[in-house]
Amino acid sequence: MRLLLALVLGLACMVAVAYAATPPPVRIGSKAFTESVVLGEIARLDLHEHGIDAVHRRSLGGTRILWRALRHGDIDVYPEYTGTIVQELLPDTPRGASLAQLRARLKPLGIGMTAPLGFEDSYALGMRTRLAQKLGISTISDLRAHPDLALGFSNEFMDREDGWKRLKRVYRLPQTDVRGMDHALAYRALASGAIVVTDLYTTDAEIPYYHLRVLRDDRHVFPAYRAVYLYRLDLAQRDPGALAVLEHLAGRIDVAAMQRMNAAVKLDHASETAVAARFLGLPAPATRGGLVHRLLLRSGQHLILVGISLGLAIVLALPLGIVAARWQRLGHAVMALTGVLQTVPSLAMFVFMIPLFGIGAEPAIAALFFYSLLPIVRNTHAGLRGIDPALLESAAVMGLPAHVRLLQVELPLARRSILAGIKTAAVINVGTATLGALIGAGGYGQPILTGIRLDDLGLILEGAIPAAVLALVAQGLFEALERAWTPRGLRRRTVH
Amino acid sequence: MGARGRKITGEAADTADAPMFELLGVRKHYGDSIAVDGISLAFARGVVTALIGSSGSGKSTLLRLLTGLLRPDAGEVRFDGCSLDAATLRQARQRMGYVIQEGGLFPHRTVLGNLSLLPVHLGWSGARVLERARELAVRVQLPEALLQRYPSELSGGQRQRVALMRALMLDPPVLLLDEPLGALDPIVRSELQEQLADMFAELDKTVLLVTHDVAEAAWLASRLVLLRDGRVEQDGSFAQLRQSPASTHVRRFLASARSLPEAP
Repeated sequence: MRLLLALVLGLACMVAVAYAATPPPVRIGSKAFTESVVLGEIARLDLHEHGIDAVHRRSLGGTRILWRALRHGDIDVYPEYTGTIVQELLPDTPRGASLAQLRARLKPLGIGMTAPLGFEDSYALGMRTRLAQKLGISTISDLRAHPDLALGFSNEFMDREDGWKRLKRVYRLPQTDVRGMDHALAYRALASGAIVVTDLYTTDAEIPYYHLRVLRDDRHVFPAYRAVYLYRLDLAQRDPGALAVLEHLAGRIDVAAMQRMNAAVKLDHASETAVAARFLGLPAPATRGGLVHRLLLRSGQHLILVGISLGLAIVLALPLGIVAARWQRLGHAVMALTGVLQTVPSLAMFVFMIPLFGIGAEPAIAALFFYSLLPIVRNTHAGLRGIDPALLESAAVMGLPAHVRLLQVELPLARRSILAGIKTAAVINVGTATLGALIGAGGYGQPILTGIRLDDLGLILEGAIPAAVLALVAQGLFEALERAWTPRGLRRRTVH
Repeated sequence: MGARGRKITGEAADTADAPMFELLGVRKHYGDSIAVDGISLAFARGVVTALIGSSGSGKSTLLRLLTGLLRPDAGEVRFDGCSLDAATLRQARQRMGYVIQEGGLFPHRTVLGNLSLLPVHLGWSGARVLERARELAVRVQLPEALLQRYPSELSGGQRQRVALMRALMLDPPVLLLDEPLGALDPIVRSELQEQLADMFAELDKTVLLVTHDVAEAAWLASRLVLLRDGRVEQDGSFAQLRQSPASTHVRRFLASARSLPEAP
């Protein structure tokens, strides 16, 4: 038990050191799709070029995560679309609202909006051109005549008020085979024939690549999606120079330029940074460190996520398990509560933590912490309840006080079970922590996320393999610990 | 929690003649079944008493009431002149040695680790613990080399010897033995019976021995309390029980022991 405590304290120190060294630059966020990341990189490089320090937290997730992070002050800037602002962020706004009207509504929230960057990236529906020709489909209205078509939409499009819900209502679309999936995966599903129609963005590089036909929005459901940067108004006061740089980008990125940049990243596998630098006419920046450097960095981030959440969970779950084992009724409540925590879908758990902890490592650690509780509490409880009552009575009749019995007899006898619980939590955590990349926590999830977005198997494996290895290492480590910690007397399963 | 009466101490010279244990109208039931049905008994100092009876007669329950593992539903359990309650229980227990059928040894601790648990908590030095352990090893005839072993590495008889050593570490005035030899094979069992008899004679302790074995009870105890359905059926020496049994049940119970030894 003393070893465990040392482990927890050590990890806590590591984090404290890691946080103390962070300077306060302009913080840019981007959503988890290529165009947003490229726009984030353009902003970062342009700021940098003007002598302003900026960091870019890439691929943070969907609109809601970015919006919350901006409102909460975790980021200062992120690229957004006017259509999304009208439909999602300010749902009471009339559809035809002008830019000035939008700014007036954003202002009381402490948020500002730059002038449009130039291009428009609207939602549209698309399908393979050959099939569209065969079925005679060229507008969204034409889909009404084909109720059996399988539709696959990006998760965000499925959920959004201005997405599938509105589309289905306005066009009275009859299709029932409708699935939500990742946007990047939808293209592959389309290519393989698993789905026939998907939502797409008009600047997507895949449109020409997959020979897709963009179906005309003949009822004008999709509003204008003009690209802008949203920023915190306090940035304007804190660093007016930064704002001037962003405003200066207005009107400079047209549809063709954006499509080219998307294609360069997605189809030619150029890095977003290189593409953004080329657009700004800057020399290509030095490539980010080699594979080893990246692996080390991500391993460090991943270990911090898993280690701290696990350490904190042990500190809380062990006493909870002890309490649960001692007082039956309270025990039921504790187990039910931790059980309920476990049923919260992991992505939702991560997102729930944002209002409390912002974005980055903290909310991810909090989410992982909650997930770690159940296995440890349950195994501590089971380990303690499983002790032969004759041993407990022997200890009691000796006249040992309760705390001595707990430390010298009960916990050592339950140790194997408790360790197994911690092991389970650790292995689950290693896997679940990959989702932390969605809220800016870094780790092995980062390349996995980017790899899915870019359809780059190599990149996916760059995250997936180390994550799997780490899970195995964690498992092996705890098993070794279990062997080392199990006294000879408990190793043989002889019943005396 | 003011301790009722005076504190339990090792001295207690003024009560030298008072019984060690007293049960006053004690009742205990589990659900609907009555385990102890209004028993009043006193156990004098320095006497070895065997509680005998068939399973379910209440003899183990009685012992558990004396250790405070069970609380009586009615009546009172007194130890050394004091009522056993939450305030006095722990100190009282440190003056009882307790051995159960399977020994109750802690499997995660070595023999010495089992022996040292309570003394170390009470502030004994390692050297003192070791000295006492060696002394007791000689007394119960346990090879000293076994002190470093784990219980799972010992034979059944060795484990019971260790359990006895553990009970004797603080040299308590009371020994409570719940079927201590019940799980042993006959040869080891009779060996240990002889050793126990010697020890009881030598140590002058108040001993309460629960057993279903009449021969063992007759051999080790000077007083037998035969229980049936939670009541005392007969209370006396083995000779008294044999010569004037209080009921046919007593006669039949005694007859069940095939070869009865001479009463000591």
